[in-house]
Amino acid sequence: MTCTHPLSQHIKADGSVTSLAEYRANYGYQGLAKALTMSPTQVVDWVKNANLRGRGGAGFSAGLKWSFVPPIEKMPGQRYVICNADEMEPGTFKDRWLMEHDPHQLIEGLAIAAYAVQADTAFIFLRADYDLCAERLQQAMDDALAAGLLGEQLNDAGYSLTMLLHTSAGRYICGEETALINSLEGKRAHPRFKPPFPQVSGLFGRPTVVNNTETLCNLPHILYHGIDWFADLGIGDDNGTKIYGVSGRVKNPGCWELPIGTKVADIIALAGGMQDGVQLRGFLPGGGSTDFLTHEHLDLAMDFGTIQQAGSRMGTGTLIVLDDQTCVVGMVLNLIQFFAQESCGWCTPCRNGLPFIRQILVDIEAGRGQQDDLDHLLELCGYIGIGNTFCALAPGAAEPLQSALKYFRDDFVAHIEQGCCPHSQATGVAAEAGVEALEQGANAL
Amino acid sequence: MTSIIATDTVATCADWRLKIEPLNDHEEAAITTQIEHYPQPQAATIEALKIVQQQQGWVSDGKLKAIAARLQMSPDEVESVATFYNKIYRQPVGKTVISICDSVSCWIMGYQGLAQALTQELQIALGETTADGAITLLPTPCLGACDQAPVAMVGDQRAERLTADALIHLARQAQESTP
Repeated sequence: MTCTHPLSQHIKADGSVTSLAEYRANYGYQGLAKALTMSPTQVVDWVKNANLRGRGGAGFSAGLKWSFVPPIEKMPGQRYVICNADEMEPGTFKDRWLMEHDPHQLIEGLAIAAYAVQADTAFIFLRADYDLCAERLQQAMDDALAAGLLGEQLNDAGYSLTMLLHTSAGRYICGEETALINSLEGKRAHPRFKPPFPQVSGLFGRPTVVNNTETLCNLPHILYHGIDWFADLGIGDDNGTKIYGVSGRVKNPGCWELPIGTKVADIIALAGGMQDGVQLRGFLPGGGSTDFLTHEHLDLAMDFGTIQQAGSRMGTGTLIVLDDQTCVVGMVLNLIQFFAQESCGWCTPCRNGLPFIRQILVDIEAGRGQQDDLDHLLELCGYIGIGNTFCALAPGAAEPLQSALKYFRDDFVAHIEQGCCPHSQATGVAAEAGVEALEQGANAL
Repeated sequence: MTSIIATDTVATCADWRLKIEPLNDHEEAAITTQIEHYPQPQAATIEALKIVQQQQGWVSDGKLKAIAARLQMSPDEVESVATFYNKIYRQPVGKTVISICDSVSCWIMGYQGLAQALTQELQIALGETTADGAITLLPTPCLGACDQAPVAMVGDQRAERLTADALIHLARQAQESTP
């Protein structure tokens, strides 16, 4: 029988965790065992040929990323692999789902990545609030170590691996891989200048690879089932499956493992469609830092290339749905507030630009908008765009705003012309209260 | 009581004449274990702050100086790290911290109503602590449970698909269990 849902096959409806025994009963740790019989270069090539693209949002080939690590003969000594489990993208909950239910899958994947680049130490960089994940991952790591699946002398060549769990203290920018490395060194999580790239000089100045949780979870299956199997799983240009999620006013929010390239409409249908009484107006395809798409894009395939062609990004693949009862200005303001608060403050366009944008949006939402505010917003989106900032945080923050101005411009204009938020008038929920809370937040910042 | 939100850019002006509050045995042992994971003791800064916070509820100036001494850093270096991260408290917090997710999916699903109901019920604003020291209320970025929105953390427990009544009930429970 073909395995069609590799990443979620052990996930149980009752939410309980998959034990080591349960995991091993179904080819668990056999992908790692196979990798350990191959040469590290063979493993890198295997994953490169499988064209596993990074599931954290960027979609970069995992095998290619590994291949930039200098061979151990040329650069002997310590090297690191880090699992980026700092899932803080608004609207994203797929990695938590994987880690809470099947921690061994991640541990096995991380061990395979470590072996491929000959790292002797692997870290799981886990976000602060994932307490249940932390508990279950630590238990699983202890069990794997006790069973001899991690630790000393894992193969005849004497490969040894130490795996450690680092729980963060909470900051969105830690998801940026060089900021994550600074954070793991016990510093403020400012991104680093590249080059040098982490594969050459990363954690403590040593070669380092950072991969997303879901990316790593694919590895045991790719090693075990092979490249052709992986290629057959995808529908379009991309290979494998994807954990897609839907949140917002849908009947049955959640996440599902589906062939990568599944249609947007089919994913929303799995979420039961819209709640009664509300209509879909648009959606963010892959988290809070992706451009809005609308009705006309529902038939598109959710894969990296197709969504990019439509002017957005697949990002994390977790859709946030905008309905007709939700104020789009309020939603964009909420997102900008998040990014302004989470800006690391290192570069000025991001540190100052995002609060400037927030203030204009606060004014529009509170009915104090001016006719030329929308021009100012677009101008500011340009100032914080790619190339003007140190990392991708601010350009990402601009994406939902600039696309909202493109698709939902009338909503912004209505706020300005009517001197109030039409939604709060219609629903009786005072926009003022929310704006007041935001202004308090702005003062605290 | 002052707000503890975003201490990073609020001048905290620690008084460095304060004496070190020595680490207790548990803190010392736990921090030593963490230091061993890294080639440099400084790398254990975040772990050390979290260990102390776990024990004390927050990180005082005296404890911060003790951490600095243990990690061979200046207190200012440790302070720069402590104030960067959302979940390190440099002021006392209540016995239970309730963090209500204010990010986009929870906002769509009713964050504002939840926050309004709970701040009214407890008679404190976000960022403040109840007079009995039982509860501190904080907004928090996306908790990664958007399919269960709206959500909040009550202590280390995630509460899902919240209504105002359910959240108030959890807060009252936490308050009653505080001696």
